[in-house]
Amino acid sequence: MTGRKGMTATLIRTALMLAALLTSAPVFAELFAKYQPEVVVSDPYIDLHTGPGRGYPIFYVAAQGDRITILKAQTDWYKVRTPRGKEGWVNVEQMTSTLDLDGQAIEFPTYGVSEFGKRRWTFGFGAGDFDGARILSTDLSFAFTPNISADFVVSQVLGDYSDGYMGTVSIVMTPWPEWRVSPFFEIGTGILQVNPQTTIVQSHDETNEIAHAGIGADIYLSKRFVFRAQYKRHTVFTTRDENEEIDEWTAGFSFFL
Amino acid sequence: MDSRFQFLLVGTLAALLQAPDVHAADPKDLELEPLVVREPERRDVKVDEIDTEDFEIGAYSGVLDVDNFGSNAVYGLRGAYHITEDFFIEGVYGRSKLGETSFEKLSGNVQLLSNDDRNFSYYNLGFAYNILPGESFIGRKYAFRGGLYVLAGAGSSDFAGDQRFTISGGFGYRLAATDWLALRVDVRDYVFQSDLLGSNETYNNIELTGGLTIFF
Repeated sequence: MTGRKGMTATLIRTALMLAALLTSAPVFAELFAKYQPEVVVSDPYIDLHTGPGRGYPIFYVAAQGDRITILKAQTDWYKVRTPRGKEGWVNVEQMTSTLDLDGQAIEFPTYGVSEFGKRRWTFGFGAGDFDGARILSTDLSFAFTPNISADFVVSQVLGDYSDGYMGTVSIVMTPWPEWRVSPFFEIGTGILQVNPQTTIVQSHDETNEIAHAGIGADIYLSKRFVFRAQYKRHTVFTTRDENEEIDEWTAGFSFFL
Repeated sequence: MDSRFQFLLVGTLAALLQAPDVHAADPKDLELEPLVVREPERRDVKVDEIDTEDFEIGAYSGVLDVDNFGSNAVYGLRGAYHITEDFFIEGVYGRSKLGETSFEKLSGNVQLLSNDDRNFSYYNLGFAYNILPGESFIGRKYAFRGGLYVLAGAGSSDFAGDQRFTISGGFGYRLAATDWLALRVDVRDYVFQSDLLGSNETYNNIELTGGLTIFF
């Protein structure tokens, strides 16, 4: 008994020592080390706020020539540390007037209508009407070129008598991506699954292939926000004699990276 | 003839023997080995690699009052992305269990729903706006970032075995304990329509929750 207890204790001790050794190893230090570059203030001064927002009070001012360390970022704000150890948040607009240690300007990401024209990843969600039923959808699109993008949409259809899910993939043409109101055209395909409500007797789920053509517009709002309104006409390839035509109208918000 | 040949031979031999010397005298070889020049280390600031904390995930629990079905415990998960200092988008998924309606309680044995249909779940995706950001103070020494936000969204509820289109609205308070950890209290109303009890009715379901979130 004592032997086993002793062995367990030794095992635990070894494991603990191993863990301590591993966590203190430089490999781990490197793995969890954060990239915190130093920059030089080039404007006469920059303001340090107590929080990442314009309303948080300014509690310290870093002067021209000060070397400040960038610790992290949250939305448009950077948390920095001054040589005197003060930590505060600086807006990206003031960060753009800092220089790297070689005296070169640094490119901080800012978002405006020109970035809207060069959008690559867009994520959004919207709601609307799907042949009398309500539809909720989320979409993710990736622009291969400013004019051509692929759009993946997952939707849930919620009707009075049935509900269902729809997944589509489309190719979207954006002839004027840099316009503030940028129209687009798309064609795509996917599947539509319909489940009748439980109150309806003798019902069964149905899954069909669908294809659609659509038209819409992305309207640039501000920063990274876009308002999207669109119309799609779906053709449902049913097992019955006739194909079904469905109109979909949706509007929603998206943001781009 | 012989002597001329001899001269040529000796001359060629001499030239050949001389050749290495001629080669060694090549001015190219006389140049010094290039010095080892240390390129100054590039100190580019890679803005993309700076740690960003725009995502927020967390769990919550609280009370959900489903119209007619009483107040019950609710548990959920949430994920948010902060687009600007003012706006964030947030998705929530929650689960609860429906209680008994007063009709079921009074009538004794009547059960409106099967046990399976009493499982209530919802998802909702929406926008939130930080309306009153600020700092809160505890005593003299501590100040915490926090603020009130309002949110609105749309989604779906799995109510009594059917999916119902659901819109939601509410407000909440976030108190940041550190840069990466926050406490949240939310009040939300989930609204959907159902004809479960005969006619089509609007259900207002008020939810009160508290939870923790982390930023990364």
